[in-house]
Amino acid sequence: MGRRVVSSGGEASATASRRASIVGVGETRYAKWGGITEASEYQLAVQSVLAALDDAGLSVDDVDGLASFADDRNEATFLAADLGIPELRYATMSWLPGGGGACAAVSNAATAVETGQAEVVVVYRSLCQGQFRRFGRGPGNAAPKPRPETRPAPRPGVRRARSLLEAHVAFTMPFGMFGPPIAYAMVTKRHMHRFGTTTEQLGAVAVTTRAHAARNPRAIMGERTMTMDDYLASRMVSDPFRLFDCCLESDGACAVVVTTPERAADTRRGGVTILASAQGTLRGFGHGQYSNVSMPDDDYASAGARQVAARLWGRAGVGPGDVDVAEIYDHFTGLVLLSLEDFGFCGRGEGGPFAASGAMSWPDGSIPTNTHGGSLSEAYVHGLNHVVEGVRQLRGDSTCQVEGAQTCLVTSAAGVPTSALVLART
Amino acid sequence: MSASKASKTPQAPQARPGDMRPLAEVPGERPPKPRPAPVPDPEAAQYWAAMGEGRLLVQGCTRCGNRQLYPRQHCLTCRGPVEWVEASGRGTVYSYTVIRQNHQRPFRDWIPYVVALVDLEEGPRIMTNVVGCDPEDVYVGMTVEATRFDVLSDEAGIALFEPVPGFEHRG
Repeated sequence: MGRRVVSSGGEASATASRRASIVGVGETRYAKWGGITEASEYQLAVQSVLAALDDAGLSVDDVDGLASFADDRNEATFLAADLGIPELRYATMSWLPGGGGACAAVSNAATAVETGQAEVVVVYRSLCQGQFRRFGRGPGNAAPKPRPETRPAPRPGVRRARSLLEAHVAFTMPFGMFGPPIAYAMVTKRHMHRFGTTTEQLGAVAVTTRAHAARNPRAIMGERTMTMDDYLASRMVSDPFRLFDCCLESDGACAVVVTTPERAADTRRGGVTILASAQGTLRGFGHGQYSNVSMPDDDYASAGARQVAARLWGRAGVGPGDVDVAEIYDHFTGLVLLSLEDFGFCGRGEGGPFAASGAMSWPDGSIPTNTHGGSLSEAYVHGLNHVVEGVRQLRGDSTCQVEGAQTCLVTSAAGVPTSALVLART
Repeated sequence: MSASKASKTPQAPQARPGDMRPLAEVPGERPPKPRPAPVPDPEAAQYWAAMGEGRLLVQGCTRCGNRQLYPRQHCLTCRGPVEWVEASGRGTVYSYTVIRQNHQRPFRDWIPYVVALVDLEEGPRIMTNVVGCDPEDVYVGMTVEATRFDVLSDEAGIALFEPVPGFEHRG
């Protein structure tokens, strides 16, 4: 694959010199759903921030910003107090949803650093599925509770949804559409109908990702090998998705430290440059969690990220043929194929044959993808672990290291309002 | 879900797989749980209320004629005013999935069941269950019709679709 050196024109390099860097990454241990009982999800958030700062050779005293995404219950202002941050100058949470927002949170941190609003911003995500209800579920069975007979029956139309989410799940929950696998099974089914994508091509994503996890001691499924036969034998959850098409449900936390290029030069490991970021969504994707109705066919059977990809590559000054490694959000196998298409690694409808050709495989594929094992096999931390792995690749630290990796694409979730990053070796 | 678990929950006579009929109450047993009812917001209140009366509505723009769902405050094509238009109830399956795992009542007793997106003749696409046929018989492009309106609350019903008679059977 052709490696292109990032443009170093005068104006471009002046811009590049201001670009923020990631200087530290930190993770707690990852465990299957309910596997972490010794610490709360919130305590894990604190621990992951401390680990990332330690990795960078920085301390809590250096931190003046925190960034997260998707209605994070581990609120930054509490975190600042419990960490002992001397003065919080920047705290932001991206509106993009779980899955879609990790790269946007990093982008927000970079914006703060590049505009001088803060100097050291930590992006964090802690997710303990075992301590809370499953992420991505609706607000529960919304059937109204029987009212005491002494109260008059309400007039039709009087009871109103208490939240936008409650109003929107009215269009899905009465039909037993309770979770993301169902929504994205239909997206994948449509892609199969239009383009002939096959079960084995979905399986190629699962098997390849598991093979990468086998080299990663942090990966929850690292010791569980998977053959195509194993994949095909896994139970059907929601056609065409089998169990092994779906990401893990897990406990754990991770964090990354973002700072200025000047500070980055003084840190323990140096920095990885945030070359470009982009975020956004097409009409229809943002309506409720996973309804995705009444949108053009070209949008529905896609990641919904073509415009995000175009903006991202434009800002980065590189294209899909230039990056050495990709960390693609993998909540479901089928949506990895759609992201590979939207970000231009293969043509429209070609995601299935592309994956089945071995393109995603480390070390010999044309674009080694999810070299840590992804959400399918490492851990489900809403894709902030994909950013962590991108940084590892560009430092030369990955357990599936792409030799001489200079640039890495990191994407957040397909099928929802989303975001993406291009990271580059500084 | 295990078969034994299913058999513990009493069911109404299930003529065929995929009927998704409300479950019968059995004296002495925990009452069956109904489907979760839509909780209306101002934009959609009439939409849900109409289905409680057996009518399927879509929004029509009085300026450009665009038909749309979800219900919105204005036309998404020209931002003109919208009114309610009764739909024919006919459509085709745009995409679907057969659910084989759901631990929540009442759906766990209906497994396997079909969740589908249906393109209405009028244009908008809605989510529904395709019922009244074997889930394995559903396919993309199948012609379906809203034949069942289940009333779920004082203010809301839902439309369920069945294959039109003589639908093409595909292995």
